[in-house]
Amino acid sequence: MSEQVENFRDRHDLAPGEEEEVHVGPRLLGYVTGLGLSVLLTATSFFVAGTDLVWQPSIPVALCVLAIAQMGVHLVFFLHITTGPDNTNNVMALAFGLLIVFLIIGGSLWIMSHLNQNMAPMDQILRMQG
Amino acid sequence: MTDATLSYEYGDPHHLGGLVSAASAQGPAPKRIVTAYGFWIFLLSDIVMFSCFFAAYAVLLGQTAGGPSGSQLFNLGNVAAETAFLLLSSFTCGLASIAADTRNGRWYQAGMAATALLGLCFLALEAREFSDLVARGAGPTRSAFLSAFFTLVGCHGLHVSAGILWLLTMMAQVFAKGFRADILRRQLCFALFWHALDIIWVAIFSVVYLVGSGT
Repeated sequence: MSEQVENFRDRHDLAPGEEEEVHVGPRLLGYVTGLGLSVLLTATSFFVAGTDLVWQPSIPVALCVLAIAQMGVHLVFFLHITTGPDNTNNVMALAFGLLIVFLIIGGSLWIMSHLNQNMAPMDQILRMQG
Repeated sequence: MTDATLSYEYGDPHHLGGLVSAASAQGPAPKRIVTAYGFWIFLLSDIVMFSCFFAAYAVLLGQTAGGPSGSQLFNLGNVAAETAFLLLSSFTCGLASIAADTRNGRWYQAGMAATALLGLCFLALEAREFSDLVARGAGPTRSAFLSAFFTLVGCHGLHVSAGILWLLTMMAQVFAKGFRADILRRQLCFALFWHALDIIWVAIFSVVYLVGSGT
C-alpha cells in the first residue's frame, strides 16, 4: 500500500511506457490519435507501393520515410517516449539503440554493395574453376 | 539550510527546477521505474537483434537463385489484413493499460481478450501465408532470399506467439491476485513489449513486403 502511495506521489521520473496524464479522457484521446495517424501512414505506404503516379525509383525511399514516421508515431503515442526532462534516460537508451541499428543496417548494405562491385562476374569465376 | 540551497543551485545546471534535485534527494528510483527501464533496455537489444535480420534480408533481397522473387510471392491484401489486426491489437492493449491504471478489472480483461483475439488472427494469417509459400515450393530452403524472409518474419511471429502466452498469464494473474503493485509492473512491461512488436511489424511490412514486392 505504501508503495502505491509513493507511486502516485513520485512524478519526477517516468518509466518507459508510462504517461504523465492520469485522467482517462486525455489518455484515450492519445491512443485514438496514435491509431488514426498510424492507419493514415499505413494506408499511404500501401498506396505509394502500388501506384504509378510517382517516379518509380523514389518509391523505396518514400516507403522508408513513411515507416520511420510511423515508428515515431508509435513511440510517442503508444510507448509514451517523449522529450520531457522526466524521460531523458529512456530517450538516451533509445538513441544508443538507434545508433547500433543504423550502424548494422547501413554498414552491412555499404560493405556488401562494395563487395559485389569488386567481385568478378559469376560466369568468369566458373570458367576459371573449369 | 544554506548548504541545501547551495547544492541545489550547483546541482541544477540545466535549470530543471526541482525535478532532478528532488528525485536524487529521495534516494534510489522507485522499483516501477527501475523495472520498466531494464525492460526497455531489453527491448532495445531485441530491436538490435532484429536489425541484423533486416540487414541480412536487405543484402539478400536479389539472391533468388533462379527461384521466385518477392513480387511473384507476396500477397499485399493478406499483409494489409495482418497489419490491421496488429495495429488494432496495439490499440486495445493501450485501452487495457488505461483500465489497469484505473483498477477496472472488467475493462482490463475485455481489452486484453480483444488483444489476444486480434493477435491470434494475425498469427493465423501468417501461418496460412507460410504454409502456402511452402506448398508452392518457395520454402526457406529454396533461396537465400527466402531463407532471410522466413527467418525475419518467422522471428517476429515467434515474438507475437510468446507475447500472447504472456498476455494470457497476465489476464490470469490479474484475475487471481488483483491489481497488486508487482502485477502492475508486469503489465507495464507487457504493454511495452506488445507496442514494440508493432513497431517491428511496421518495419517488416514496409521493408520486407512493400519494398520487396517492388523488386
